Amino acid sequence: MNSAEGVFFLTGKDFKNAGAASSNLKGILEGLGIPAAIIRRVAIAAFESEMNTIIYAVAGMMNYSITPEMIKIRVQDMGPGIENIELAMTEGYSTAPDYIREMGFGSGMGLPNIKRNSDTLTVNSVAGEGTTVEFTINLAPAN
Amino acid sequence: MKLQEIIDSLSLKVETPSADLSREVKGAYVSDMLSDVMGNSKEGFLWITIQVHLNIVAVASLKELAGIILVNNRGPAEDTLKKAIEENIPVMTTPLPAFDLAGRLYSLGLRCR
Repeated sequence: MNSAEGVFFLTGKDFKNAGAASSNLKGILEGLGIPAAIIRRVAIAAFESEMNTIIYAVAGMMNYSITPEMIKIRVQDMGPGIENIELAMTEGYSTAPDYIREMGFGSGMGLPNIKRNSDTLTVNSVAGEGTTVEFTINLAPAN
Repeated sequence: MKLQEIIDSLSLKVETPSADLSREVKGAYVSDMLSDVMGNSKEGFLWITIQVHLNIVAVASLKELAGIILVNNRGPAEDTLKKAIEENIPVMTTPLPAFDLAGRLYSLGLRCR
C-alpha cells in the first residue's frame, strides 16, 4: 500500500466548509484502499478535531500521514487553549457558547469520540495560544 | 428495507429527488447533537433530527448514513439542500414529531443497534 501525507488548512467559524477536510481525508483513505472499518474511525475522530478548531479557534491545520503501519493525524490550532484537559475529556463537559449548542455542537462528546476511535491520543494545550490534538489509528495489527 | 419503501409507507416528502432512494436502510438514530450522531449512528442508518443547517450533510456523508429525515415540518436550509444534492444524501421531511416518526420506523422493523 502507498504512503501519503498532507495538510488541510482550517478557518475558525467557517461553518460553510466545516467537515470538508475530514471529507477529503476520507476520500484519500478510500483511494488508498484502507479498510472501511478503519476509515469510519478516522472519519469520526477527524471530524471532531476539525469541528473543535472551527468552533473554538481562529485558524488551524490538520496534518495527516499515512504509512503501512498507521494513520497519524495532528490538528494544531490557534485558539484559546484548554484550561483543564482532564475536564475537557469528560463526556458531557463543554465550554461552547449557546449559539454553537443550538447548532447541535458542544455536547461534550468531541474529545471522547476522538479517544474512543483512536489507538493513541495526545492533547497539548497552552492557554491563550492554542491546542494540538494528535491521534493515531493502527493499520497493521499489533503483535 | 429499501429507503423508497419507507418513504412510501410513511408518506415522507423527498427534498432531494436526484438522490439515490434505492439504498438499503439498516437502522435509525434520533438526535439533534451532531457528535452524538457521529459517535453512535451507524453506516446505512436514517437520521431523524430537527437540525436543518448545512453541517448535517457533512455528518451524514462522513458516516455514510442512508438519509436524513427532518421532523416537525422543518425544511432544509437552502445551502443544506444544495450540499445534500452534491453529496447524494437523501433529505426527507415530515410533519410528524421525532417521537412519532421513530415509533413508526420502529414498527416497520428498524432498530438502532
